[in-house]
Amino acid sequence: MSRRHRPDRGSRVGRTARWFDDRLGVARTGRTLLDKIFPNHWSFLLGEIALYSFVVLLATGVYLTFFFDASAAPVTYDGSYAPLQGVQVSAAYNSVLDLSFDVRAGLMMRQVHHWAALLFLAAIVMHICRVFFTGAFRRPREINWVVGCTLLVLALGNGFAGYSLLDDQLSGTGIRIADSVILSIPVAGTWISSLLFGGPFPGTEIIPRLFIIHVLLLPVAIIALLGVHLGILVRHKHTHFRGDGATEDNVVGERVWPTYAAKAGGVFFLTAALLCLLGGLFQINPVWLFGPFEPENVSSASQPDWYIGWLEGSLRLMPPWELSLGDYLIPNPFFPGVLLPGVTFLLLYAWPWIEAHFTKDHEPHHVLDRPRDRPVRTALGVATLTFYVILFAAGATDVLAVTFGVSVNRIVWTFRTLALVAPVAAALVARKVCLELQRRDGPPEPLPDEAEPVADEPAAVPS
Amino acid sequence: MADHTPHEASTGPDGEPLVVETDEDRRRVERRSGQTLPAVCFATSVVAALALAVVYAEGGQNQAEGVLLAVALGGIGVGLVVWAKRFMPEGPDTEPRGRIGSTAEDRAAFVADLETGAHTFGRRHLLTKMLVGAVAALGVAALFPIRSLGPRPGRGLKSTPYRDGVRLVTEDGDPVRPDDPGVGGVITAFPEGHVGDETAQTLLIRLEPGQLEPEPGREDWTVDGVVAYSKVCTHAGCPVGLYQEQRGELLCPCHQSTFDVLHGATPVFGPATRPLPQLPLGTDADGNLIATGDFSGPVGPGFWDINT
Ligand code: FES
Repeated sequence: MSRRHRPDRGSRVGRTARWFDDRLGVARTGRTLLDKIFPNHWSFLLGEIALYSFVVLLATGVYLTFFFDASAAPVTYDGSYAPLQGVQVSAAYNSVLDLSFDVRAGLMMRQVHHWAALLFLAAIVMHICRVFFTGAFRRPREINWVVGCTLLVLALGNGFAGYSLLDDQLSGTGIRIADSVILSIPVAGTWISSLLFGGPFPGTEIIPRLFIIHVLLLPVAIIALLGVHLGILVRHKHTHFRGDGATEDNVVGERVWPTYAAKAGGVFFLTAALLCLLGGLFQINPVWLFGPFEPENVSSASQPDWYIGWLEGSLRLMPPWELSLGDYLIPNPFFPGVLLPGVTFLLLYAWPWIEAHFTKDHEPHHVLDRPRDRPVRTALGVATLTFYVILFAAGATDVLAVTFGVSVNRIVWTFRTLALVAPVAAALVARKVCLELQRRDGPPEPLPDEAEPVADEPAAVPS
Repeated sequence: MADHTPHEASTGPDGEPLVVETDEDRRRVERRSGQTLPAVCFATSVVAALALAVVYAEGGQNQAEGVLLAVALGGIGVGLVVWAKRFMPEGPDTEPRGRIGSTAEDRAAFVADLETGAHTFGRRHLLTKMLVGAVAALGVAALFPIRSLGPRPGRGLKSTPYRDGVRLVTEDGDPVRPDDPGVGGVITAFPEGHVGDETAQTLLIRLEPGQLEPEPGREDWTVDGVVAYSKVCTHAGCPVGLYQEQRGELLCPCHQSTFDVLHGATPVFGPATRPLPQLPLGTDADGNLIATGDFSGPVGPGFWDINT
C-alpha cells in the first residue's frame, strides 16, 4: 500500500465509505459502531466464544445438510465400514455412515460440528454465570437477560434435536426417554407425543420433523434472538468493572476500530482452530460403534451430551414416586423431567426481578459487582451450580458403580443425599469465602464520582 | 495500516471528545520492530492451507485435515492478536454512556400519541370487541392444521398386537418352543407378524420349577417354567435387557430400575413405579408358545389416562 493520498479522492477505504454513505447515509451510525468501547476483562470473552462457536456450527452444519438424508426409510448399508455391511439401517443412519467413511473431509466436518455444539453450550453456560455472579442482569438489562435465557433454552433444544437425528442406538434411546417425559405431561402429554411423532413412538416421522426443527426452526430463532441480544447490547453499552476511571456514566475499554476488531477477529479464528483440532483429533459420537437404533436393543452405559446430563441424572435419582389423581396419573418422569427443568428456567428467567424484590434495589447499574461483594447472591449461585453438577454426575451412576466397584444402589443413595446436602454446604462455604475475601482486601474501590460527589447533580442516575 | 493518519479528536453527540490518542498509542502504531512473529503466523497459515489442499487431493485423511485446518485458522488468530497487542492503540478509551430513557418531552409526546390512538380505537366498543373475537377465532382455526400432524393418541398406548392364540416368534421370525430359553436364559420375542414392534417386545425367561411365585390369578400364565414379561421399562421405555439370574432380577440399563422376576416383575429399585406387565402364555397344537391374551396392563411408561 502507498502512503501517498491523492488529496481529491482520498484513500480507497474512504472512497468506498463515501460511496455507501451517499446511498445509505450510514456514516453516523457507522462511526458510533467503530467507536464503541469494549471492556478489556477476560470474562467478556465467554459470550463471544459462544457466538463464534455458533458461526462454526452454521458453517459446518450447512455442509452436513448436503449429505444428510433425513428419512427413516430402510436401506441396506453397503458402504466401506465393514462391520455393518449388509445390515438393514435407516436412510438417515446410512447417510451418516457414508458421510463419515466415504466423503472426503466428511468425518472431520461432522466432528467439528459436534464439538462446536458442546463448546457453544459450555460458553453460554459460563457466560450466564458471569452475568449472574457480577450482577450484569440488573436494570436496565433485564430484557437482555430474558433473551439470553431463551437463547440457552433454544441452544439446549437444538443440541438435543441435532444428536437425535442420527438414528443410532444412543440417539434412539434418547428420543424414547424424551417421549416418556412428554407422555408424562398431564392431560396433553399423549396428544403432544402423538402429534410430534405422527403416531406412536417411534414411527417414521420423527427424523424428518426433528431435521426441520434442527436446521430451520431453532437456528432461525437463535439467529433472530442473537440479533436482538447484540442490538440491545449496543444500545445499553457494556457493563464494566471498577478501575481505570470506570463510572456509572462512562464505558472504559478498547474501541472497536481497530484494536478490538483485530483481537475479536483473532479470538474467532482461535475458537475455530480449537474446534477443528478437537474435531480432527478427538473422536466424538462414533455412531458406527453404537449401531443402528433397534427399540429392543440394550445400550448400557450410554450417556447423553453433557448439557443434557443433568436431566439424565435427575431421572435416575428420582425416587419411585408418582401421583395418582383418581383415575388419572402423573407419572414419575414428570417430576424430574418436566417439573424440575420448568422450575429451573422459571427461576432463571425471573431472577432479575426476584433479586430486585429482595434487595429493594431498582436503580440502574452499569458497574459490575465483584462476586465477593454480594455474598448472598454468590452463595445462592454456587448452591444452584453444585446441585446441577451433582445431577450431572448422577447421570453416570452406572459407570461410577463399575469404576469404583460399588453397587448402583449405594451410589444412587449417595447422590440423593449429596443432591440435598451439598448445595447447602457449598452455599455456606461460598458465603464464608466471600466474607473472608472482603475482610482481607477491604471494600471495593470507590467509583471516581463517588469519591468526589458533584454539587447538585446526582452522579449515578443517568435517566 | 500504512494509511493510518492520527485520529483527530472525534467528538460525541454532546461535543465531548470520544477518542484521545496518546503518544504511546502513536508510538505503537508507528513501531518498526516486532513484525516477525505475526508475519510468521500468517505464513504458517498459508502453508497449512496449501498442505490441506494437498492432503485433500491425495484422498483425504480426517486427522490431518483437522490439524491443518486448525493451524491455518490458528495462524490467522494468533497473528491478529499479536498484531493488535503490538501495533494498535491500547486504550483504555472512554466513551460517555449517554442516557437510555428518552427525554421527558419525547416520552410525554410519545405517550400522548399512543393514548390518542388508543382512545380512537376504544371509542368503538362494539368494533373493538368484534375485532378481538375475529382474531381469536382465526387463532383457533389456525390450530386445526396442527391436528393433522398425528392421529388421536389411541389404543396403541394401552394394547399390543397380542391376542389369544397369537404365536410368539424370535427376532428372526421363528416360532419359539417352551424349551428354547435355556435355564437362566432370556429370549426376546414378538407377536407373529409384528417383529420389531416397539410396544410388543417380550422377554421370555425360564425359571427353575417352583421359583416363581405367581400373582393371584396368573397361576396358569407360564409354560414349563417360562414366564413372559413386557420388555419395555415402565419408567421411560428403555428395553429392560439385563437379566441377573442369581437374583432373579431384570435391570433396565437406562436408569437402573430393577424388577423382581420371581414376584410379578415388581420394581425393587430405581425410579420405576409399576411392574412390567406379564403376558399369559400357552402352547398351540404344534407345541409352540402362544399368547392367551394381551399383557396384564398397558406396557411402557405411564401417562395421564393410563388407568381409564
Ligand atoms: S427407562 Fe428403565 S429405568 Fe428409566
